[in-house]
Order: sequence, then C-alpha cells, then structure tokens
Amino acid sequence: MSIEVNSKVVDWVENETVKDLLKRMRYTFPLVVVKINDKVVPRKDFSEVKIPDNSKVAVIHMISGG
Amino acid sequence: MNKVKFERIQKKLKESSVGIAGLGGLGSNAAVALARAGIGCLVLVDFDKIEENNLGRQYYFLEHIGKTKVDSLKEIIGKINPQVELITHNIKLEKGLMEKPFKDVTVVIEALDNAETKTIFIEEILSKLPNKPVIAASGVAGYGHSDRITTKRLGNLYMCYDGKAKSSDDDVLIAPRVSLMANWEANLALEIILGEDK
Repeated sequence: MSIEVNSKVVDWVENETVKDLLKRMRYTFPLVVVKINDKVVPRKDFSEVKIPDNSKVAVIHMISGG
Repeated sequence: MNKVKFERIQKKLKESSVGIAGLGGLGSNAAVALARAGIGCLVLVDFDKIEENNLGRQYYFLEHIGKTKVDSLKEIIGKINPQVELITHNIKLEKGLMEKPFKDVTVVIEALDNAETKTIFIEEILSKLPNKPVIAASGVAGYGHSDRITTKRLGNLYMCYDGKAKSSDDDVLIAPRVSLMANWEANLALEIILGEDK
C-alpha cells in the first residue's frame, strides 16, 4: 500500500487525487508536469484523476526562461 | 577522428529531422549546434522579431535587429551548413494546434520561455503525438551551478532540468547557462536519434 513520488516511497491513500497528492507532498509550484506510470495527466484532470496503489508518480515543475 | 563512426553518424543524422519550438536563447543555439552536427532537416517555429537585448544570449547578429527570428536563423544556418533542409513557420504556437508543425519530425525540442507555455506545449505534444520524443528545458536562468543540471527522463519526455533555479521573471538570462542548456537539448536530440554513445 505505497506509491513512489519522484523516487520517494510514500503511503498510498485511497481516493487521493493528483491535486491532493501535490498538496500532501507540498509541491506548491504553480506549473507542473505530472506522469502516473509514464502517462501524462493533463492539468485539467488533476482534481479528478485518482492515484492507483503501487503507482510511480513523477512530478516535474516548469521554470520560466529560454 | 574515427572515420567509420563519423560516417555512420552523418548518414543517420542526414535522414533525421528535429523540430524546434521557439528560437530564442535555447532554440537558436540548439538549431545551430544541430546544423553543425549535420542534421538533415530542421523545422523552426517562432513568431518573434529580434530585439537588441536578445543578442546577450541568442545566436543572432546586430544586423538582424528588427528581422524575424525564423528568417535570420535561416540565413545564419545557410552560411554554416547549406545542406540542412529548413522548414520555417513564422507563427505563434496556438493552444490546441501546437503539435501541427511537428507531426513529421524525428524529435521535438521545446525551447519556449514562459513556464505556462512550456507546460501546455509539452502536454499537447505528449498527448497528441504519443510516440514522439520531446526534449524540454526547465531552470535556465542565472549563472554558475552547471552541475545542478541533470537529464530527467519520463517515458518520451526528456527534461534538461535544474529544479533549484529561479524563474527568469526573478533572475537573469545570460549566454553561458542558456547556451549550456540549449546544447544539452541538442546533445539529447543526438542521443535519441543515434542511440546511446557506448
């Protein structure tokens, strides 16, 4: 009953959405790319998509500059 | 120089294409590096004109001020390696249609400036062109801290990344670090096209 977030093992929480997880992990950056098990989650779905048990979540934040 | 390896690489690069979204500090430098390396085709997309302050990090010359970035880069690359086929789009990438110019390229490089646009662009390419490798950069601003930059791979997304860098809104954009990231992106493109250099 755990998940991996940016290679860190944390507890899996039933019915937790991407938005909830970002809050729990204190990822407060406004602009992030989230992938669950290698699949991109569009930002508009952050408050609906639930994190499955045993999943690998990658969170990358985008910083301006180019 | 290993002639056999060089020729094998040149052949493969000649058959490959890279699409670049944004021709500022990241895009102009990455395009020039890939042209010098011998890429077959570049798809270059930018809507902007060159301003004097762009010369602090972008691959243009004083004579290009006021001209479009696509036309100027076309001229510059033509003087370096006229063998490169150049497809240019002087357009602003529009939400919902961002993948359009990049459908047929081997690899896409995100070289935009604003974090919001970067995120939208990456999401669109990854969702609409699911088999396309995308190279992006995040954390370009500032100077020093070269060794904080790493490559993060998430499936088809390759990020040239410094998660500790500040936003360019609160920091500076200067040639060495921007060029470093741009060449990092170009180097990743070679790695994707040619396979790991063993």
